[in-house]
Amino acid sequence: MSHDMSENLPEAHDASHGTEVVTHDDPFADPGLPAHEPRRTDIDERAAKRAERQVSLMFVVSMLATVGFIASYAAIDADKLVYIFPLGKVSALNFALGMTLGVALFCIGAGAVHWARTLMSDHELPAERHPIEASDEVRNDVIEQFKTGAAESGFGRRKMIRNTLIGSMALVPLSGVVLLRDLGPLPEDKLLHTGWAEAKPSEPIRLVNMNTDQPMKPEDIIQGSLTFAKPHGLEEDAEDFQQQIAKDALMLVRIAPENIKDANSRDKGFEGILAYSKICTHVGCPISLYEQQTHHALCPCHQSTFDLADGARVIFGPAGHPLPQLKITTDEQGFLVATGDFDEPVGPSYWERKR
Amino acid sequence: MSTASGTNSGASKPASTRAKPANKAEATADWVDGRLGIYSLAKANLRKIFPDHWSFMLGEICLYSFVIIILTGVYLTMFFKPSMAETVYHGSYLPLNGIRMSEAYASTVDISFEIRGGLLIRQIHHWAALVFVAAMFVHMMRVFFTGAFRKPREINWLFGFLLLCLGFFDGFFGYSLPDDLLSGTGIRFMEGAILAVPLVGTYIQMFLFGGEFPGTDIIPRFFTIHVLLIPGIMLGLLVAHLILVFYHKHTQWAGPGKSEKNVVGMPLMPVYMAKAGGFFFLVFGIIAAMSAIATINPVWAYGPYRPDQVSTDAQPDWYMGFAEGLIRFMPGWEISVWGGHTLNLGVFIPLMLFPLVLVAIAVYPFIESWVTGDKREHHILDRPRNAPVRTALGAAWISLYLVLLVGGGNDLFATHLHMSINTITYMVRVGFFVVPVITFFVAKRWCLGLQRRDKDKVLHGRESGIIKRLPHGEFVEVHAALSQDDLHTLTSHEQPEPLELPAETDENGVARKAGVVAKTRTKLSEGFYGEGNQIAKPTSEEYLEITSGHGHH
Repeated sequence: MSHDMSENLPEAHDASHGTEVVTHDDPFADPGLPAHEPRRTDIDERAAKRAERQVSLMFVVSMLATVGFIASYAAIDADKLVYIFPLGKVSALNFALGMTLGVALFCIGAGAVHWARTLMSDHELPAERHPIEASDEVRNDVIEQFKTGAAESGFGRRKMIRNTLIGSMALVPLSGVVLLRDLGPLPEDKLLHTGWAEAKPSEPIRLVNMNTDQPMKPEDIIQGSLTFAKPHGLEEDAEDFQQQIAKDALMLVRIAPENIKDANSRDKGFEGILAYSKICTHVGCPISLYEQQTHHALCPCHQSTFDLADGARVIFGPAGHPLPQLKITTDEQGFLVATGDFDEPVGPSYWERKR
Repeated sequence: MSTASGTNSGASKPASTRAKPANKAEATADWVDGRLGIYSLAKANLRKIFPDHWSFMLGEICLYSFVIIILTGVYLTMFFKPSMAETVYHGSYLPLNGIRMSEAYASTVDISFEIRGGLLIRQIHHWAALVFVAAMFVHMMRVFFTGAFRKPREINWLFGFLLLCLGFFDGFFGYSLPDDLLSGTGIRFMEGAILAVPLVGTYIQMFLFGGEFPGTDIIPRFFTIHVLLIPGIMLGLLVAHLILVFYHKHTQWAGPGKSEKNVVGMPLMPVYMAKAGGFFFLVFGIIAAMSAIATINPVWAYGPYRPDQVSTDAQPDWYMGFAEGLIRFMPGWEISVWGGHTLNLGVFIPLMLFPLVLVAIAVYPFIESWVTGDKREHHILDRPRNAPVRTALGAAWISLYLVLLVGGGNDLFATHLHMSINTITYMVRVGFFVVPVITFFVAKRWCLGLQRRDKDKVLHGRESGIIKRLPHGEFVEVHAALSQDDLHTLTSHEQPEPLELPAETDENGVARKAGVVAKTRTKLSEGFYGEGNQIAKPTSEEYLEITSGHGHH
């Protein structure tokens, strides 16, 4: 700033109110540190003795509690439950260990604080502060020393050394960056496909009920129900099960075809059975709350709500686009199958995802 | 004191040749001093004066809970297996018998049920983490509202701010480690948020997770970050924070005998060694008792994580609640840019607001010192009422935080208060903009009201509660004059004048135009200290006039 601000600031604190007792007639002047008022324990030796006993008692209680802790550890079974009012049934061992440890620690603290408050001197003492800033003399001396050092190094004068040093220092961290490359694979089109991509019209993949692990026929899906499904062949003990199910999980609903508002969505379904991705398009939680009267599905994480009767359109919440729908039909034995992948990526949207 | 001066003269000789030590303890101290120079160090610090006020112990709670977290955390690493390898559970918790889960989850359940005291230590670790972040928050609010962040303490304010942020993240990584259904959902949320980053989102996601979500790398990687990387940085910052507290000496409240040039209180040894040292045991004891009676994060009840399963009422730990609120109340805006690329604003905007909310509070000391033009050191604390705009800004920030916390728990509020979740979310959207503004004005008014009351107290004394009947029948309440201690305390604060724009023409009559920056600064300064933004404190002339007038009443 071009102008001096100091005139706008009030006078320094000490200019008007010094530490020394001011006797002139400023009624607001600093009267100085108040005189020390003795505590009961300062003047009454019996009170002091009592405080001493109290402190010691707390330390003794702490010792007993530690003994109790060790005894509890040795004596109480890890799976024993006890009823403690008002907590209800709790782990006896956890309760005993926690309370004894708590008492043992708390009593040390309480004893020490009580000791400090009753028996240690409580005279308030002033200590001087010194400005953090160095004096001009020191400052100039340091700057001079630095200049001397810098000149002796020739850093400013020998430009070639300086520039190559800067260059090498700038390059050397690159090795560290390069080493990070193998933290993970490139995204490529990994997020674009799911396990359903292996389904072809000639080789459809059956939808398997998540709970029963059985393929399903259309009559297994009753109106108003919500059924979770996975592709046939994806087993729970598979090495990459978690990774696959994070994309393949389906939720099946059956809505009377005349109630399905979106014709395209109806066509992708089979006799009113619609197969939507279970993974929320917001940040990827599995959607699991279904309101059968309204056909709304709600994600319990951030409450994005999708109208499953209307192509899983987002009707509330932070999700940005509808749930992808998997086209389903039945195979010759009458089981529900998929004949291809979702026609858009499932789960949260990302930069490379085409809209 | 006299022994310290002997250090120099004795420095050239071996320590043992120092004049005879009185006893074994002194001899040992001499030996150590000869190698570490402890006498010089102790001279400045053993009887260092600390002022006393309850609010100065908030930082201690942070320090102690951090120590507790380290102690219990080291214990937990002895038993926890940070691995996502699959295993089938056959432990003593029967509801999970035969269930597939990761080693991380299984070992957490084992810590809870097989290791004696393991559950207690796990719960102490988690409770202490919650207390740690809560205490940092309250400690930071104390520093904010009393202006303790002013010069020379701005850098320490930043250290504290970094500790708070790192505390957030380490807490998040920590509760992600058990790989239970709830924490896995949290990681999924983080993955979704990363994917929303334009251009590089998918790359960061793949590199962080070592492939597609969830993969098998994320728990071991989080483990290293949680137990080594972040705590290491925090430990460094914490030590620096404490060194600066010692170096700057503690701030103090205004009062008789206290000034910017001194610090009044009691010595480190013995009073604060006993009080602060004892306080560690109090904090530890209370957290241990909490862990004995209150369950925290019962991972066995949630089950192992599976990406296709979820529970309702999914909530992060409280300190991440405001981030949760940001993500929940945001409308689902998703736009197409640059030839069909997806920009997921519905997630990306909250992701950017998250650091902004925090940074707003971090940079405040620098904004305030710029607005006030104040370059002096401050060691006397402001009462919040005497800095109405600062207090109002802080209150507005807290209200914003609380609104977001409500937004983050909108499902809980809906089910417990029997309200529509949609209504709550719409209210949070409006509240995000409106509530902080209302809070600002209410808080400022409140401060000004308190300033008026202080002024009244100084000039007319304190209401004594004694009713006096005057000879002509009138009843009056007797006001008791304040002691000089109180008068001084209530009037010793500064009242800065607002900055003024430099004159339009300089001394030579040459036109000089104030720039936008200077104008903004003057406007802000007016907003801080201008008319109506502080109540002029009573002057001694006013006081003398009124008190002398009383005699003739």
